[in-house]
Amino acid sequence: MTLQKTELLTAYRLMKTIREFEERLHVEIATGAIPGFTHLYSGQEAIAVGVCMHLADDDYIVSTHRGHGHCIAKGCDVIGMMKEIYGRADGLCKGKGGSMHIADFDKGMLGANAIVGGGPPIATGAAIATKLDGNGKVTASFGGDGSSNQGTVFEAMNLAVVLKLPTLFVYEDNGYGEHTGTSYAVGSDDIAGRCAGFGMRAEKVDGADFFAVYDMAGDLFDQLRRGEGPAALECAITRFYGHYEGDPQKYRAKDEVATFRETMDCLRNFRKRVTDEGWLTDAELDAVDTEVMALIDDAVEQSKAAPPPDVSEVLTDVYVTY
Amino acid sequence: MTKKTYLAAINEALRQEMTRDESVILIGEDVAGGQASSGGPGKVGGVFGVTSGLYDEFGAERVIDTPISESAIIGTANGAALTGLRPVAEIMFVDFIGVCMDQVYNQAAKFRYMFGGKAKTPWVLRSMIGAGLRAGAQHSQTLHPVFTMIPGLKVVMPTNAYDAKGLMIQAIRDDDPVVFLESKLLYQTEEDVPDEAYAIPFGEAEYVREGDDVTVVAVGPAMLHAKAAAERLASEGIDCEIIDPRTTSPLDEQTILESIERTGRLVVVDESPPRCSLAADIAATVADKGFKSLRAPVKTVTCPHTPVPFAPTLEDAFLPNASRIVDAVKHVKAYV
Ligand SMILES: Cc1ncc(C[n+]2csc(CCOP(=O)(O)OP(=O)(O)O)c2C)c(N)n1
Ligand SMILES: [Mg+2]
Repeated sequence: MTLQKTELLTAYRLMKTIREFEERLHVEIATGAIPGFTHLYSGQEAIAVGVCMHLADDDYIVSTHRGHGHCIAKGCDVIGMMKEIYGRADGLCKGKGGSMHIADFDKGMLGANAIVGGGPPIATGAAIATKLDGNGKVTASFGGDGSSNQGTVFEAMNLAVVLKLPTLFVYEDNGYGEHTGTSYAVGSDDIAGRCAGFGMRAEKVDGADFFAVYDMAGDLFDQLRRGEGPAALECAITRFYGHYEGDPQKYRAKDEVATFRETMDCLRNFRKRVTDEGWLTDAELDAVDTEVMALIDDAVEQSKAAPPPDVSEVLTDVYVTY
Repeated sequence: MTKKTYLAAINEALRQEMTRDESVILIGEDVAGGQASSGGPGKVGGVFGVTSGLYDEFGAERVIDTPISESAIIGTANGAALTGLRPVAEIMFVDFIGVCMDQVYNQAAKFRYMFGGKAKTPWVLRSMIGAGLRAGAQHSQTLHPVFTMIPGLKVVMPTNAYDAKGLMIQAIRDDDPVVFLESKLLYQTEEDVPDEAYAIPFGEAEYVREGDDVTVVAVGPAMLHAKAAAERLASEGIDCEIIDPRTTSPLDEQTILESIERTGRLVVVDESPPRCSLAADIAATVADKGFKSLRAPVKTVTCPHTPVPFAPTLEDAFLPNASRIVDAVKHVKAYV
């Protein structure tokens, strides 16, 4: 573990921000205040943060329908994100994208994606751009267990190997693709093994352990930066909510989530580790909690008060209108 | 005869055809749901419940959940259909069709013709269309014009529960590949639907409303708005005739042309971008084959040429609505 105290606090702040962002959305969505389909990242925070802590603004990521965590971890403005999810004019994408389509190119965030398997080929392209630049920059491609079964993802992984591209394929195995268990849909029940079959180094970690993710991702990014080609990281995790907000979750046993909240909570694990080791105190962590809660309150308050986009915006950002 | 929702009517059609014909299978993502889950399989029945209960009745061999692999879903349907099964394959949201389009338009659509009439591909591709749920640019399209322009495919767009059942039964019994597009916003609409099985032939439009002033042709989800507009116009003394083509391929040109012979005026309502839309197609057909009947220019009410925006204010402005139809009808009515 090579993290300084300020970095530990940053890691905690990011994970906590994601958690509270999502917990608050869960509440606000239930009131009917937020339009559309929303997929919460609660429970998976250590993966986004453990990976993105290694990246600068000019490294790239591509994300998924469950993208809020990746966005926050990559540095997207939290208030702009919240406004986007509320469909507001000054949301990160002017209210035209919504929860499943948040992007921030200044932060190297190339877009959440509502098409499962849409992102990885795009990550391959970004990796070609950085490779041609010779700037040592890398791309992380986030995807779920379910996405690992999509042909587009296989094609992207093979191409990355063929061209020796600096792409890290991150697979967050949260147990389900929508309402179907991973072990049913992933025939070999071994995503990393399949990635290795394409000819890349592939590792598995506990996705609820920030330090495990952070350390392994760091090792793999080093390999990418040395020009040794792509790698894959499979993270075992769970999601604390349904596939989407409103999912009745009949396919999950009653106590499944409650148990995982006890056993697989990355924030709890983090707090225990850093206080046991004496790296941070409870008081320091509590102070972060207070700051984060204030930020989320502010984001929601501002989003509620913000105006929706003017209807004239329907016809902008498109090359021709009829 | 009992009142059933559009959703329940499709479910009933699937159940009755699966009971009648063992070669009918369902295949898609979460059509059963809950495989390898702590709660057990069969708990979902499609994201909106269209296939609910069918896993319990017909089992895992005939209600087949797949990984997220659309090319494999449609490719599998192709192979199974060529070799004697009647697969009903689900592509959840029509927006996902891009992932598997080759299996649709280069494979299924061409087999019969390209193999000299030897091949049959009796599948149904079920998918959901339409905006209005604030689901954003990649979960809200209609895309029916894309399928309608491909020779070899039949394209069905039911607008009510009665038609949904009869057209689904016809789609399953049909020996050609049929793209069956379900309007999300219509799932909960109710109608009297016979309990017994019945098939509605393709290529036969329906008069939804009779009237002498203006012909309004509406497809798929746009029908909701067309009906609302006609009500409003009736209270102002303008009598619309509403025609529902029901299938966009084959298209019942005759019924539209006959109606225009009487009204001389046409408005076409279509929830898709204007260029190469069904609205443009029907307008062109009428300009060609019904020119003598026309007493006013044809008006189309469509979406703008943009992706579907997310924010409710924008999505509402994007969609065709009753007011825009009312304006279009008044415009062609006033034209002399
Ligand atoms: C091409 C495509 N097929 C299907 C879907 C519907 N869908 C959205 S998310 C999802 C499950 C994705 O599972 P996974 O990759 O494990 O991600 P998770 O939701 O668990 O984060 C499915 C099937 C989609 N959006 N795109
Ligand atoms: Mg998953």
